[in-house]
Amino acid sequence: MGQTLAEKILSEKVGRSLRAGEFGVVPVDVVLMHDGTGPLAVRQLGAMGLAGPRQPDRTLVFLDHGLPSPRKELSNDHVFLRDFARRAGCGLYDCGSGICHQVVVEECAGPGQVVVGADSHTCTAGALAVFATGMGSTDVAVAMGLGESWFRVPESVRVEVRGAFSPGVYAKDLILWLISHLGADGATYQALEFGGPAIAALDMSGRLTLCNMAVEAGAKTGLVASDGVTREYLAAMGRQAAWRELEPDPDAVYARRVEVDAARLAPVVAKPHRVDNVAPVSEVARTPVHQVFIGSCTNGRLEDLRAAAAILRGRKVAAGVRLLVMPASRRVYTEAMRFGVLSDLVEAGAAISPPGCGPCAGVHLGILGDDEVCLSTTNRNFQGRMGNPRSSVYLGSPATCAATALRGVITDPREVLG
Amino acid sequence: MIVEGRAHMFGDDISTDHIAPGRYYHLRSQLGELAKHVLEDADPEFAARLRPGDFVVAGRNFGLGSSREHAPTIMKLAGVGAVLARSMARIFFRNAINVGLPVVICDTSRIAPGDLLRLDLERGVVTDVTQGFDLRVTPLPPVMLAILRDGGLVEHVRRHGRLVLEA
Repeated sequence: MGQTLAEKILSEKVGRSLRAGEFGVVPVDVVLMHDGTGPLAVRQLGAMGLAGPRQPDRTLVFLDHGLPSPRKELSNDHVFLRDFARRAGCGLYDCGSGICHQVVVEECAGPGQVVVGADSHTCTAGALAVFATGMGSTDVAVAMGLGESWFRVPESVRVEVRGAFSPGVYAKDLILWLISHLGADGATYQALEFGGPAIAALDMSGRLTLCNMAVEAGAKTGLVASDGVTREYLAAMGRQAAWRELEPDPDAVYARRVEVDAARLAPVVAKPHRVDNVAPVSEVARTPVHQVFIGSCTNGRLEDLRAAAAILRGRKVAAGVRLLVMPASRRVYTEAMRFGVLSDLVEAGAAISPPGCGPCAGVHLGILGDDEVCLSTTNRNFQGRMGNPRSSVYLGSPATCAATALRGVITDPREVLG
Repeated sequence: MIVEGRAHMFGDDISTDHIAPGRYYHLRSQLGELAKHVLEDADPEFAARLRPGDFVVAGRNFGLGSSREHAPTIMKLAGVGAVLARSMARIFFRNAINVGLPVVICDTSRIAPGDLLRLDLERGVVTDVTQGFDLRVTPLPPVMLAILRDGGLVEHVRRHGRLVLEA
């Protein structure tokens, strides 16, 4: 009986065959935390009486949620984390470096690794066939101090995607549709394993978007097999040596299978205040918006900014709409500058901010006013998510966001694609 | 260990943004201050009404969203005795056990607001004292029971110096 990707990676790490439902203490390759969850993790490490990080060079501290700091309290948390990272010899990613999940896939993660992070979207790295999952600060303190964590090996849901995406339809539309199909708790305690011809043809950016949002269906992680696309991505990041082929066994046992025909997907949005409250764009078209946000660990990559720029180039954002763009990392920012993507966006009326998580998490930048509406490429639209419980957030692809910024009302990108 | 208190009712899909809103991000190193805002976006009056030991009683998928451990921590700090829900999001569930906040999966549909509830953690029984019935409880996995019995994950690691999975 074959193994799923989740079973395969965890079995290899513990050196014995693990099956879904079994428990194991598993060595971890990379531990990450950020300015929201890191201070507590560091304090818990001390409370447990552990000396410090077991693998300092693989313990990564990101200042990405409240950067540049908007308040003295956050500044003091940053001082605390900078001091810890320096004393412990950890990797420190300070202001402007980028969002933890994006930087980890660019610089650290590789097929077959186990990555734990004090952030729920740590599952993003699953796109590189990494068993990556989010945990709380105390669990991350244990992983940091002991170099291991306990796992219940998850059952996997196989998401088989055939066909090809139509123009104007993206990985974001697929994952939003899937979450609405499964429900916001439809994959709780499970792994979502994406495969099939449409996934094999999908670029790394799209795969990262899928895995990033696995947690919005309750999943522990999202996973994609490591293949030629993975190899090319790692090579582009200058990390060819990290590549290895890794795929589930053909006779792996899945908890369930979901079949999707990519060709039948249309642009969709998640309506307030639930990620699984998904509707075709046509159903909510002409809903006025005050702000459009393109960025975050879900959709702040070069490919996302390019999709938006292709729509906005030579045109102007509608009067009364704020377009906020935030590249996901310094690398993305630099490339978007070099290729002229940022100038296209700025000339169309966008405000560009340094890499970070502020707007998505309601920390700072782009906080909504009472009764305001935002269409965002982020991963959550819970009440109050963008800093104000009296505002509303819709979620959509970068192309849907760009088309909407252009018209000032929620717009199907196929209406404005040239 | 017995927990006794009144039921405060919440619906389905109470997220960590409801429990510990992102706009109070700057208070994460001042947990006592953050606790004053616990569950504010689901019920603005909750923190004022809460008495020590009271129960948060919810529907499906309680605690979905962020990994922020501050969510179960401030519930505990504010005086919540236990959380009862029909189902719970994975990270929140694990975090609650880690910080020693009792969480119980059971059918909460018969509980009425203000009911007096009693939880016997050792026996794994929830009783609605007001209405006079016991609720069937989904047992915790042994690894979580071991952590809860040690008083949370910090105490577990202090005691054993490592992760001990067996109960």
